[in-house]
This record gives sequence, C-alpha cells and structure tokens, in this order.
Amino acid sequence: MDPLLSLKDLTVQFPSTHGLLTVVDKVSFDVGRNEVVCVVGESGSGKSVTMQAAVGLVQTKGGRVTGGSVRFDGQELVGMKNRHLNRIRGNDIGFIFQEPMSSLNPAYTVGEQIAEVVRRHRGVSRAEAWKRAVEMLERVHIATAAARAHDYPHQFSGGMRQRVMIAMAIACDPKLLIADEPSTALDVTIQARILQLIKELQTASGMSVLFITHDLGVVAEIADRVVVMYGAQVVEEAGVDALFATPRHPYTTGLLRAMPQVALERGEDPVAIPGTVAQAHAWPAGCRFNPRCEFREDGPCTTGQVQLVRDDHGLVRCIRADALRTRLTQAVAA
Amino acid sequence: MSTTTIEQAPAVALPPTSTFFQRFCRNRTAMVSAIILAIIVLAAIFAPYIAPHDPAKSSLRAILKPPGAVYWLGSDDLGRDVASRLIFASRLSLVASVQAVAIALVIGLPLGLIAGYVGGWIDTIISRFNDALMSFPALILAVVIVGLMGPSLSNAMTAIGLVYAPRIMRVVRGSTLSVREEVYIRAARAMGCGDIRIIALHVLPNVMGPLVVQATVLMGQALLAEAGLSFLGLGAQPPLASWGAMLGTAFPYMQQSPVPTIASGVVISVTVLCFNLIGDGIRDSVGRMRRAGD
Repeated sequence: MDPLLSLKDLTVQFPSTHGLLTVVDKVSFDVGRNEVVCVVGESGSGKSVTMQAAVGLVQTKGGRVTGGSVRFDGQELVGMKNRHLNRIRGNDIGFIFQEPMSSLNPAYTVGEQIAEVVRRHRGVSRAEAWKRAVEMLERVHIATAAARAHDYPHQFSGGMRQRVMIAMAIACDPKLLIADEPSTALDVTIQARILQLIKELQTASGMSVLFITHDLGVVAEIADRVVVMYGAQVVEEAGVDALFATPRHPYTTGLLRAMPQVALERGEDPVAIPGTVAQAHAWPAGCRFNPRCEFREDGPCTTGQVQLVRDDHGLVRCIRADALRTRLTQAVAA
Repeated sequence: MSTTTIEQAPAVALPPTSTFFQRFCRNRTAMVSAIILAIIVLAAIFAPYIAPHDPAKSSLRAILKPPGAVYWLGSDDLGRDVASRLIFASRLSLVASVQAVAIALVIGLPLGLIAGYVGGWIDTIISRFNDALMSFPALILAVVIVGLMGPSLSNAMTAIGLVYAPRIMRVVRGSTLSVREEVYIRAARAMGCGDIRIIALHVLPNVMGPLVVQATVLMGQALLAEAGLSFLGLGAQPPLASWGAMLGTAFPYMQQSPVPTIASGVVISVTVLCFNLIGDGIRDSVGRMRRAGD
C-alpha cells in the first residue's frame, strides 16, 4: 500500500541578510499507515520547518517551499491552495505544538476551542460539537471533563493544556498526527504520561504519528522508525531497534552517547557532541557534520557532497559508513 | 520567638481567577464614575419625564432668571429653562459622541486588523497615512472638514470620527502585531482556519481589551470635541441644544447670569471625567490576573 505521507526532495528556503537560506535540503522520507516515525535532530537541524512546510505552514513566516513534493493520502500538498489545505489541516492531519502554555487561545474556554475545530470540519450542530469536545477531553483522561470544558486555558496546568491540545488535534479522527516536540516543555513525569497518551491513542485509532523530537529517550519509547536530521538534511534513517543497536552515522552515535540512559548502561558519563550546528548560511564543504565528527578524514569528508546511501540497515549519509561500522556500534554498545 | 502574626492578605483581595466584572466593581473610582454616567444616560433616555419644562419653550417674562424653585438652574437669554435644556441636551451630546466613536471604530478597527495581521507594504501604506492624519491637531482638522461639509452636528461628529479613526487603528494594529505571533494563532492555522476566520475568531477577541479602553477614553474626548465645535457654532444648530452649544449661548451672558454657563461646563467636565476614569478602571481590570500590590 502507498505510504500515508511521502516527502520527496522537499526543499524550503528562507530569505535572510545572507541571501536565500536552504533550511530544508531535499528531505525525503515516508510515513506508513499506522506507523510512528520520529524525526530527530538538534535545534537548527530543520526538523520543525520540514513538518511545517509539509502542511503549508511556513509561508506565514516568510519561508517558501522551493522544490520537491509532499504527497498525503494520494494528494499533492505542495502548491495546493490554502482553501483546500484548510480542509485537510485539523481534519486529516492533526498538529500538536511544542508550547502548551501558549498554543491555546486565552479568550475561549477549552471546550469552545475543541468544539470550534469539530464544527469547522464536520459542520455539526453546536450541541453535537460540544458533546464531541467533552468526549475528546475524556479520551485524553481529563477528570470531570464535562465541567472542565467550561474552564479557560489559564485554569489548566502545562501538562493538562497539552492534553487539551492533543484532544483538539485528534477531535476529527485525523489519519496523521504531527507532534512537534509535544513533551519538551513539560516536567519529566508529565512527559512520560503525554507520550503514553499519544501511544495509546495511536494504537486505539490506528492513525499514523510523525513525532519531532531531540530526545532519543522519547524515540526509544514510541518510534517504529527514525529519521535523523542534521544541517537541513536527512543523515540516517532506520528502524528504531537497528538505530539504537547499530547506528551508522557518527552523528547518531554522538546523540546516543549523549543520552544519560545509554551512558549509564556503559558505566560512563554522557558525552556531549563538541561544537554546535553550523548556521544555514555557512555549511562546511563536504559532509555537513565533519567539523564536529571525531571520525573525520580530511579529503573525502571535507570535499564534495555526501550522498544518502541505502544499505541493509536503512539510509545513511556518511562516506565512511562501512569503514566505521564496528567502531560506531562499539561506541554505544553496553 | 516574637509573636509576629503572619499578615493575612487583606480580606478585599480577590482570587486570581476573579472575573473582569468582579475586579471592576472593586475599583471604587471607576464604579462611582460608572454610576454617575448611568444616571446621565438614564436622564437622557427619560428626558421628557424628568425635565420640569419644555426645553424649547421661551418665555419673555423669564429671561435670565436666577436659579429658584421654578427654574432650578435659572433661565437663559430667551427665557428657556436651563435645567430642562441640559437634560435634553444630554441626548444630543451622548448620541453625538457615540456616533463619532462608532465611525472611528468602523474605519479604524478593520484597518488596524488588516495592517497588523497582513503586515508588509499594506501595513506600511496604512500606517504612514495614519501617521500623516495624526500629525494634524484633531480639532483643527475637524473644523476644516466641517467647513467643507457645512455646519451640522452630524457632520461635526463624522469629522471627529474620521479624525479619531487613526487612534483606534494604531491601538488595534499594535495589539494585532503581538497577537499575530502567538502560538495559538499558528495552532489555529494548523487546525485549518483561514485568515478571515483567524482574524475574526482568534485575533479580535484578544485585542478587545485595549480597544475597549481606547474607545471609552475616546468617548470622553469626542464629547469634548463636540462641545468645542458646538461652542464655535460648527456643531449643534439652534433650536437644538447640545452641552457645548448651551455653553456657547450662555457664555455672553455670564456677567448677568453665571449659573447656566457654569452648569453646562460642569456637566461636560463631569461626563468627560467619568469616561476617562471608567477607561482607566477597565484598563486595570482587563488583565487575567491582578498585578501584585494592586
């Protein structure tokens, strides 16, 4: 069967004082039906912009999709009129944002906000939409949902607000839920519960989930497949078990070694990746990760362009991938 | 240990969840102003039942009478009862202010929303035009407009409305600019809201606070402008009376009979003050939470 969402060579550019910046560079990956895909990367790797571009939300920030295609459920989303996109967004594709404290409108009760999405897409009566809103609040485990639906967002805690956001995002039974770091701004204990909730809802409804995060702990918990992004490009893609057991890209290894859980198993301290992500106007020549890579070889790694190569494990963008195979695996093995 | 008792928050403190109305009611100045204004509005509505005399009936035997049992605030140069005229004039003055502010809102609100939300060159054009309009003294500009359209109260208030539209526009644009960047606007778009729906359902309710404050304060200013224009003979035309027009007609006789002049002046000042204080009260109450130490 066709994948539900398929990005092909998606390219997004933003105008800046340095000229046009390519913040998403020919990104391709699929999300299958009933699949949970995680997009992982540091801040600035382009993962959020990729997702927003996929559903046509970058224009308002000045960005433009300058190439590639996004097919969702048999339709091409790139170049689609906003009027048509508006019928898909919130209906077939739900979106959860990172900031639960500010993603609800303070002027309306939470019930009204969920009901408004339902009314917009389903055209049902006010009473029915309200009933649906209460039902959705119950589904995300908000106690005394019927009463809480009358409360305003400021009367909810961060974790509760994120539950409300989730309720709103899935109110129309979307085929795809895009979650942009939904647990990052929350306490660790709340984070775990929000993840559980998303996983539970996904299992119950069979929707696909595209999860954006920089936390590999989160990935281990919910992902089926993982896409690692660095410097606006996909650098590795693999099933979740393969990725954790045998990472192929030095960047992935670096991320794993920076995880306290992985380091503890090995009896080491977590190791930070040296340096920071280069700015989009100053990508280094060759592999974009090379200035921070401990396995860099001057010459092959610092000139030309490194292609994404498919192997038995998945996709990897590293010229030395085969040479480093055992070393990378050892670096994270317990 | 000393027996210091932990100071309880004063009993009057409201919980952070208090509603706007609760907070406004605790604001004594604003409440008193609102009550006075309500009395004035009621007097305007029920003028025929309250006024002791016909406001337009002149009596040659009662010219410039001092205040007394029959003429509470004396009579004017044509022998008309000043108190009755003030009561009836309140209708004209209040309606005129409402008209001016309504015109300012009709023009300023959509322009402010569009300029703030769309931004770019549209914002630049609207804002520069706005700045140009605001650089004129309001009353002078109104005098020019009335001069072109001919003196009548309706023309005067249309002029005032036009002159005040940029102030509304500026406030709305400013609030819209900040609201536009909120995550819930992005979230609304991700939920499938179009631009018009976002402006109407998500931006507008969140700019209402500053807008209501500005509109209330403008009510007072419009009243003052009306009084000024009518005083100069550019507003209400005889035999109609507005407070400003009454002040204008009473003023030349101030030597013989000071009460009508003073009464008109006091009514204007008190009403304008009420509008301003109510505006302040609303401003202090619109936040979701009372600021500490308030």
